[in-house]
Amino acid sequence: MSLTLTPNINDPDGFYAELIGSQRDLSEEDALRMNARLVLLLANHIGDRTILSEAIRLARAPGG
Amino acid sequence: MSNYVYPRFPYACSAEQRSGTTRRHPVVVIGAGPIGLTAALDLAARGQPVVVLDDNDTVSIGSRAVCYAKRPLEIWDRLGCAAAMVEKGVSWNIGKVFFRDQLSYQFDLLPEPGHRWPAMINLQQYHLEEILVGACTKSPLVDLRWKHRLVSLKQFDDHADLAVETPDGIFTMEAQWVIACDGANSDTRRMVGAEFKGQFFQDRFLIADVRMKADFPTERWFWFDPPFHPGQSVLLHRQSDNIWRIDFQLGWDADPDEEKKPERVIPRIRAMLGESTDFELEWVSIYQFACRRIDQFRRGRVLFAGDAAHQVSPFGARGANTGVQDIDNLAWKLALVLRGEAPESLVDSYHEERAYAADDNILNSTRATDFITPKTRLSRHFRDAVLDLAQHHAFARPLVNSGRLSTPTPYVASALNTPDRTSLAGPMTPGTNAADVPVILAGQPGWLLNCLGSGFTVLTFDSSVSADEVRVDGIAARVIVVGRDIADAKGLLAERYGASSPPTYVFRPDQYVTARFPQFDETAIAESIRRACGKDGAVQQELAA
Repeated sequence: MSLTLTPNINDPDGFYAELIGSQRDLSEEDALRMNARLVLLLANHIGDRTILSEAIRLARAPGG
Repeated sequence: MSNYVYPRFPYACSAEQRSGTTRRHPVVVIGAGPIGLTAALDLAARGQPVVVLDDNDTVSIGSRAVCYAKRPLEIWDRLGCAAAMVEKGVSWNIGKVFFRDQLSYQFDLLPEPGHRWPAMINLQQYHLEEILVGACTKSPLVDLRWKHRLVSLKQFDDHADLAVETPDGIFTMEAQWVIACDGANSDTRRMVGAEFKGQFFQDRFLIADVRMKADFPTERWFWFDPPFHPGQSVLLHRQSDNIWRIDFQLGWDADPDEEKKPERVIPRIRAMLGESTDFELEWVSIYQFACRRIDQFRRGRVLFAGDAAHQVSPFGARGANTGVQDIDNLAWKLALVLRGEAPESLVDSYHEERAYAADDNILNSTRATDFITPKTRLSRHFRDAVLDLAQHHAFARPLVNSGRLSTPTPYVASALNTPDRTSLAGPMTPGTNAADVPVILAGQPGWLLNCLGSGFTVLTFDSSVSADEVRVDGIAARVIVVGRDIADAKGLLAERYGASSPPTYVFRPDQYVTARFPQFDETAIAESIRRACGKDGAVQQELAA
């Protein structure tokens, strides 16, 4: 298994709206707090260390 | 302010200083702390006379190292000291982690039943040292010399000259081997010009020994960002004699001289314990820490052990516990080399195995430190998110790191190991320390580790074996046959050592598995012992590379 980089979300516009909407009324500090929790929740769901490392590497390198 | 009465050990002018004749000693240990005293006892247990020099004449001032783990207790049991330590100390298994005013999660260190020694005891370092000094005093092979300070050291091919200062002046001793156990600020390390590199943490901690009658349970309590000490961490540990150890994280900007003053310390403790708890302050210290190690554990005739060789952050109790295991690794090798039963190169495997363990400890304690003291605002968000999620969701609990408590590092890649040639069941792979197991010995309940003795030992599950020992190059390895010499009391021996094959294990004198075979093969056993003594040609080449 490797990191999925092809479209995998059924309802892209709905998902994006939900993500942005969930932080609309948060202060920047609270949004950072939420992001940290979200990353940890999703990372645990993925679990696979190779995939997590690949995602961390890609996220760090803009355009990569 | 202390109620503990520090013993004063008598200084005596040695015969060699009085007569002015220079003597050559097989081993001189520098420093009579927990590691130096253990070194003396372990060498004495292996028949080696040993001189210990200490520049002071008492035990550790303050509690300092507090937590002693199961593996060091097993080593001290081999040296006849563990029972007294456990009796004097406080055993604990439960650790609780709090975030702000909530319990975030708790852990139980007790791995499984059927082990002789507890996972961890808490005991003030001064009590521990008193027990070790008592044992050294009883040993005819240990020559413990107080008020002896090493002032210079000169190395030769086969020995070192030591200039030693006492109240009667300076004299010279010779040592075939020197074991430097003189702590993180080791003068010996400076004398040989060794590098001591690593990461220095910009943080300060206040540690206080407090005497109180409190109804806290005997558990390790760790707070992140508690209401009584906002933004920082606090650790509470029970010790013996109603002494409690409290560590407060202060941050880098704290003024160490100011923070040590009782008028600063007492309000911090009162905020934590509440107005109604009566307590007395026993000892206070401020420390900062680093994670670093010496480049080479061996420098010519000088071997470094304990904090003189490696320094870790205190989270995980990896300081003294690692140091004791350094000695466990070194003493049998040095004894074999001094007796001429192993080549001198065996001593180099001490660096190979213990530097590997030190790196493992440094890695673990650095990770704990990064969790406890986040370096950036964003890493603090991640840390707090972990603590917050851990309260409600099991998945986040393994991420909480208030210190991963000391466990032995297996020497998985050691050149002394004989790697498995066939696939064998069970976790006791070569390089792993022997798991203890309850057994029946001569009709009485006993423990496997106590059966292993001080030399090489072969344990076989093959009941057809009639041999009592395997001999190779003058080294005799005792053979223990399960069913003949010991009985598997509760089936745990078969469970922990994977008896389906039925296997044969070869243990080193430090109770580490060095080889295992699917059958009792005397030639293979003898080869593995030669290899563990550094005699196998291939081993020597690997060490030289």
